[in-house]
Amino acid sequence: MTNPAHPPPSRLVTREVSLGYDDKPVVVDLSTDLPDGQTTVIVGANACGKSTLLRGMARLLRPSGGAILLDGQEIATLPSRQVARTLGLLPQNPVTPDGVSVVDLVGRGRHPHQGAFRRWSRGDEAAVAQALELTDTIDVADRLVDELSGGQRQRVWIALALAQQTDLLLLDEPTTYLDVAHQVEVLDLLADLNEARGTTIVMVLHDLNLAARYAGHLVAMRDGRIVAAGPPREVITEDCVRDIFGMESRVIEDPVTATPMVIPLGRRSRTLHDRRTA
Amino acid sequence: MTVQTAISVRADPRSPAGRPGTRTAVVLAVLALATAGVASVLVGARLIPPGVVLDPSDPLHAIAAARVDRTLLGLTVGGALGLVGALMQGLTRNPLADPGILGVNAGASFAMVLAISAFGVTDLHSYVWWAFAGAAVAMVLVHAVASAGRDGATPVKVAIAGAALTAAVSSWTSGVLLTDRQTMESFRFWQVGTIGGRASDVLLVGLPFLAVGAVLALTSARSLNALALGDDLARGLGRRVALDRLVIGVAVVLLAGAATALAGPVAFVGLIVPHGVRAVVGPDYRRVLPLSLAYGAVLVLVADVVGRVVLPPAEVQVGIMTAVVGVPVFLRLVRRGRIGAL
Repeated sequence: MTNPAHPPPSRLVTREVSLGYDDKPVVVDLSTDLPDGQTTVIVGANACGKSTLLRGMARLLRPSGGAILLDGQEIATLPSRQVARTLGLLPQNPVTPDGVSVVDLVGRGRHPHQGAFRRWSRGDEAAVAQALELTDTIDVADRLVDELSGGQRQRVWIALALAQQTDLLLLDEPTTYLDVAHQVEVLDLLADLNEARGTTIVMVLHDLNLAARYAGHLVAMRDGRIVAAGPPREVITEDCVRDIFGMESRVIEDPVTATPMVIPLGRRSRTLHDRRTA
Repeated sequence: MTVQTAISVRADPRSPAGRPGTRTAVVLAVLALATAGVASVLVGARLIPPGVVLDPSDPLHAIAAARVDRTLLGLTVGGALGLVGALMQGLTRNPLADPGILGVNAGASFAMVLAISAFGVTDLHSYVWWAFAGAAVAMVLVHAVASAGRDGATPVKVAIAGAALTAAVSSWTSGVLLTDRQTMESFRFWQVGTIGGRASDVLLVGLPFLAVGAVLALTSARSLNALALGDDLARGLGRRVALDRLVIGVAVVLLAGAATALAGPVAFVGLIVPHGVRAVVGPDYRRVLPLSLAYGAVLVLVADVVGRVVLPPAEVQVGIMTAVVGVPVFLRLVRRGRIGAL
């Protein structure tokens, strides 16, 4: 089905997939292709199904209809370990084991590459060292994860996902709970990875302006369906923002990156604007 | 893709350098096991000189032989309880998990007393199955009760549900024993655990179940390490979480059920031991599980030996001794407020 000389542009696709919890549909008949080697960001209002879609693509949820395909095969039927070697996941709230050191935690990312009887190998060691280096956490390798700051901790979790050495990496709101400086730091790190390793990155983000900056491909969702998908410049328009969030806005060019930048217009801001221009 | 880095990290979780405490903990475990084993044979209401154990003609030899049986039983039961505590804490990501606290031992012990009293079951071969059934029912029940409500089975809710079930079931056990004199006479130790005064073949009945349970437990280290990161991440790392939980659950029922069938409900060993071990060697279950097994055996033997000499001429049962040590540790864990951080 796939020709190795011309790999398909998208290894992860959904075909009219429906996802939900307890028969309550959250994502409905959704079809999308996530471009290889790019950073895809999924945006949308709360409860629009963006995290549910990500969970489905990470095989945490079984579709109630349609299919999610990884390399042309239905992901639900693939062996867990094979999926875990191709596709890594950083969930929204991973649990930090009490008293775990950074290097121990990152080492657990090697799980799918080890067997019950296979010992820690040179390859494992190299993968962990590289992950620590890329995330700039090598200096804290022997520290306890509990002792680190929020930004450092998030970099350690990303290091775990990197140690897994997957071609695709899914992240569910990797910047939640971080201040703006650490948000940018984490997104810069992911952009570096995407560039250096060609890792396909798919993540859910809340901040539209950051999404517009860091996404190569943007997917906007509302009520479990895709409203628009494509390069941020095409997706983020005043109409689209109104469509997704039900909010008026002004979209201007980001003075630094020339990507679209959304200025929200609330009830108050419009009054202030009118007063200023009057 | 493969950028070779010159940086060497001490990432091998098995290397002794990974944690400075690991080698010490292993050496200490061996020494403590040997010391406690010897003390358990020699110390008691009567001190026995070492030579007697190997001399069948000595008048004290019978006492020595009984103490050897008792020591082997203590090692087995203690090891099983230490191991099962570590398993349950990993399975539920709950630092307060222990087969005594979560009602598993009480369930097993009630099922056995019921079997003996109501169904006339007499030999250990039959009622060990009742112990497994009781342990499994208690485990499911506590989890079901604790899962009710919005926030699901939080550590504290599980502990409370377990304590409630333990209280209820223990009182039923007492009720049966008090109204049934005959059962009471022979099976008093199912109210409080003890390893003294048991027939020498008792161990042989429990051993196969304990062996299977221990093998399942020790091979679950990898899955427990993944589960410790949360269910989502464990799945992302390729674990089949439901299957892993089932395997660990079966190991818990086998170990806790068999240990209770042999010694009655002994609480707190499974709580204290894994916490102590983790404090020294860190949270990697490949080290926590075998060391919990070793130190569980040490704790039960030491508690038994101390129980023999603290209140002469009476013996204080192992279940009481472990509770004396265990309750303060339990309270400290609750107060430290690190619940749910496993």
